[in-house]
Amino acid sequence: MDDLIADFLTETHEGLAALDVALLRLEKSPNDKPTLSEIFRLVHTIKGTCGFLGLSRLEAVAHAGENILGRYRDGVLSVTPAGVTLVLRALDRIKLIISGIESQGKEPAGDDAPLIAELNAMAAGEDAPQAPPAPVAALAPVEEAEPAEEAEPALQAAPEPMPALAEVSPAAAEASEPVASEGGGRSAPQSIRVSVDVLEDLMMLVSELVLTRNQLLQLSRARGDGAYTVPLQRLSHITSDLQDGVMKTRMQPIGNAWNKLPRLVRDLSHELGKKIELEMRGAETELDRQVLELIKDPLTHMVRNSADHGLEMPEERRRAGKPETGRVMLNAYHEGGHILIEIADDGKGLSTQRIREKAIAQSLATEVEIAAMSDREIHRFIFRAGFSTAAAVTAVPGRGVGMDVVKTNVERIGGTIDVNSQAGRGTGFTIKIPLTLAIVSALIVEVAGERFAVPQIGVLELVRVGGGSDAKVERIKDAPVLRLRDRLLPLVSLARVLGLEEPGEAAAIDTVEQRFIVVTQVGASVFGIIVDRLFDTEEIVVKPVPPILRHIGMFSGNTILGDGSVIMILDPNGIARATGVAAEGNAARNKEGAQLGQRTSERTALLLFRAGEATPKAVPLGLVARLDDIPLEQIESSGGQPVVQYRGQLMPLVSISGDPPSDRDGRGRQTVLVFSERERSLGLMVDAILDVVEERLDVQTGQGRPGYLGSAVVAGKVTDVIDTAWWLRQAGNDWFGAGSTQAAGRRRLLVVEDSAFFRQLVVPVLAASGFEVLAVESPTQALALREQGVLFDAIVSDIEMPGMDGFAFARAVRAEGIWRDLPMVALTGRVEPAAVARGREAGFTDYVAKYDRDALMGSLTECLGAALAA
Amino acid sequence: MQPQTNSAAVVPDSDLVLTLTVAGQPCGVPVLAVRDVLGPQVITRIPLAPPEVAGGLNLRGRIVTAVDLRRRLGLPDRPKEAKPMSIVVEEGGELYSMLADEVGEVVPLSATDAVANPPTLDPLWREVSRGVHRRDGQLLILLDVERVLTIGGGR
Repeated sequence: MDDLIADFLTETHEGLAALDVALLRLEKSPNDKPTLSEIFRLVHTIKGTCGFLGLSRLEAVAHAGENILGRYRDGVLSVTPAGVTLVLRALDRIKLIISGIESQGKEPAGDDAPLIAELNAMAAGEDAPQAPPAPVAALAPVEEAEPAEEAEPALQAAPEPMPALAEVSPAAAEASEPVASEGGGRSAPQSIRVSVDVLEDLMMLVSELVLTRNQLLQLSRARGDGAYTVPLQRLSHITSDLQDGVMKTRMQPIGNAWNKLPRLVRDLSHELGKKIELEMRGAETELDRQVLELIKDPLTHMVRNSADHGLEMPEERRRAGKPETGRVMLNAYHEGGHILIEIADDGKGLSTQRIREKAIAQSLATEVEIAAMSDREIHRFIFRAGFSTAAAVTAVPGRGVGMDVVKTNVERIGGTIDVNSQAGRGTGFTIKIPLTLAIVSALIVEVAGERFAVPQIGVLELVRVGGGSDAKVERIKDAPVLRLRDRLLPLVSLARVLGLEEPGEAAAIDTVEQRFIVVTQVGASVFGIIVDRLFDTEEIVVKPVPPILRHIGMFSGNTILGDGSVIMILDPNGIARATGVAAEGNAARNKEGAQLGQRTSERTALLLFRAGEATPKAVPLGLVARLDDIPLEQIESSGGQPVVQYRGQLMPLVSISGDPPSDRDGRGRQTVLVFSERERSLGLMVDAILDVVEERLDVQTGQGRPGYLGSAVVAGKVTDVIDTAWWLRQAGNDWFGAGSTQAAGRRRLLVVEDSAFFRQLVVPVLAASGFEVLAVESPTQALALREQGVLFDAIVSDIEMPGMDGFAFARAVRAEGIWRDLPMVALTGRVEPAAVARGREAGFTDYVAKYDRDALMGSLTECLGAALAA
Repeated sequence: MQPQTNSAAVVPDSDLVLTLTVAGQPCGVPVLAVRDVLGPQVITRIPLAPPEVAGGLNLRGRIVTAVDLRRRLGLPDRPKEAKPMSIVVEEGGELYSMLADEVGEVVPLSATDAVANPPTLDPLWREVSRGVHRRDGQLLILLDVERVLTIGGGR
């Protein structure tokens, strides 16, 4: 059955039950105005709803009933028992039709004309056209009438003497009951309506139960009393199940809020003359019913906005080289205790210029302030009250509801909203709503004597540092990092982020003291949070942060622990945002980008340093194996080349500035970036480490300066990006020599990579390892080589490229031609299981992360070895 | 204790006020706004919170945000060893505890001995005061709970 009909039936059953009671009350006191109004309203609602659903029979009967009631209410007609009886009969007919709908899914056939005529006659104030039958006689047919076809004109009720009333009413009540229960019997398995308050109370009780259970478990653990263990365990399981059950009652798929949108978009596309495609993902994502209700309207409004203001007319789209059909995307998913809803379009994007002008015109900001703002900040003006940039206000969104209302509604439920727009590419909104009342598993940590909960969901692993452990926190200037399995992990001191650090304590972190690193993932970025101690994990009930603390942004909620103390729940997203270890909303944007078919902007962690001249220099952090401070007295010389003994080997040192090793800051040490390849290492001497930043690298090449790939704007400054391979070669001709003999001879490699920067990074590395490398910018160029019959031993290809992407390229290679059986290695910024699976499916032999030189070399050796053997 | 006003017959509840002392300053809170009065509690500090927010405490399974009235009113901090009392109020569906040095009694306040906020009153106080009352020869500030709990960063 249609959901709408099912809802209607449930609602109507309730309405009818209330009507029966109210009508009987009316009979007893015919002049009871409030009751009359209530009855009128109930019947009116039924009429209205069934008209909407196209239930014409039902509507006709209800309408006739409403007529009488309207006249009663307006005092035109006085309430008579006969009239009440007639209305009751009309109700019975409604029930009959409804039970027909329940069993058959549509209105049963039948003729209501006589009943309606009677009702109309009564409404017109006519007395009964026929002689009144005895009250008892009038009653019996009422009962019969329900299952049977009601056609007897004998049923005409006429003004009754008052004494009959008492008889009529209970009988009528009785008569109505079997129908109700019958109908109830049929619809019972579908649903029952429970007030949200009841569920809310239940949820609260369950939350309390969970807390009490946790307390009991803690007590029992502390006492070590075995007698309670088994029953406690059972209690624990039951509590968990109960908790799940109650949670489920409140959860509804977000698709429920979306089901009207396809129609809306269709109508809009006709109205506006645009071609619009609506794509909805994650409709099954469940969220709290109450939250769902509250975001329904804002969502509808935003989809309207996207369709109306976001998307261009087909003509304009064609000119811009986009497909005529514009897309509006809705996407919902869970992330770290939040629900993220994205609404994106591939339209023209927000007009930064217009927003700027409008903001100044409305004195929201001065020109000077605006000039200092990033585009993103400027875009956020659309959330200000009364702000609308649409050049012409169309009839569609309008109605005085703007993005400010959307923002207010979202914030009311503790959510946040953000906008990300690219001119010509589209606009995306991300709404983040906390899963209030959710129960999550959390790790309890301590820092500066205070305890905090970290949702387990974002925690990848825990690492102990210092205090005799192998791992230790290193520093790049002031930024702490941890070398974890060959990658440098940026670290965040929780004490510092939360402002709990005593002044002067900053330097103490890398002392021998034992600490713990909570390795956390936010979107695509991984970072470590430094804490003092770790405790257990505990099931916690997430309670929302009170409004006066909501601006802090570091906490996703608070909770009460098993021991009764209040504890704040950390929000790793907030920490990442506050410290800049991950770009804001990175993951969300990536997904959005993928949806829009855009190339994701790859952000690269860069190590900034100074060597020689003032211009800062940068090198991708992933290439740096280690940072070292080498005491000057340990630096020796071999054949005019400075070297240092390192792990039983000589490590050559190369100076970027050309200066010899020197004591620059009076500490008697030389700062060195260490690059490693197998067991060999090389040190690049620099003056000072400046910073580690994550930026999108846009290298301007072409200066032709040896040792530099070019320059880029990093952290707002022009920065030289060094050509690592070139510097490595300065260490002596034999530096890569040993390696290249181990590599697979003079094998020919084809590298397909659209980014000039990565081409220049990968090619030298591969060439240095003894491959003969040809690099091309696009799969199209590569396929042209195939047509020319150029032979290679293996292909290394990027995945995300404009036009034909890596997957399509792999499929094209595998489909036909001379490269069919070549090993293909995918090189990508994102190594996720799903992407790997997709890559294999497309025909890639292996999947390797960019910068992971060892993995790439290993993969190539393996692939080529296998190809040889084959 | 209050012969002059108590002698008047029945006082409507809405005029009843719970008196409290904040750094020697008598204050009042409408008694209908008060849900609980608690003795010294274990309060969890909340980093980065506005200075007025003393932290969070557990009241029978509900989390209550504690606001230190001394800080809210710009008065000097309470000595370390002094333990504040909690006056729990509900505002916008959330529970808050206002920390005061001492909690007095419930007294009726009649409109007759109310004085408008003097114009010279500290703006901070004027913002949270619903009026000044003369009582026992002292001036009592009747606090507007809603405004007391409207703290800077909380939008």
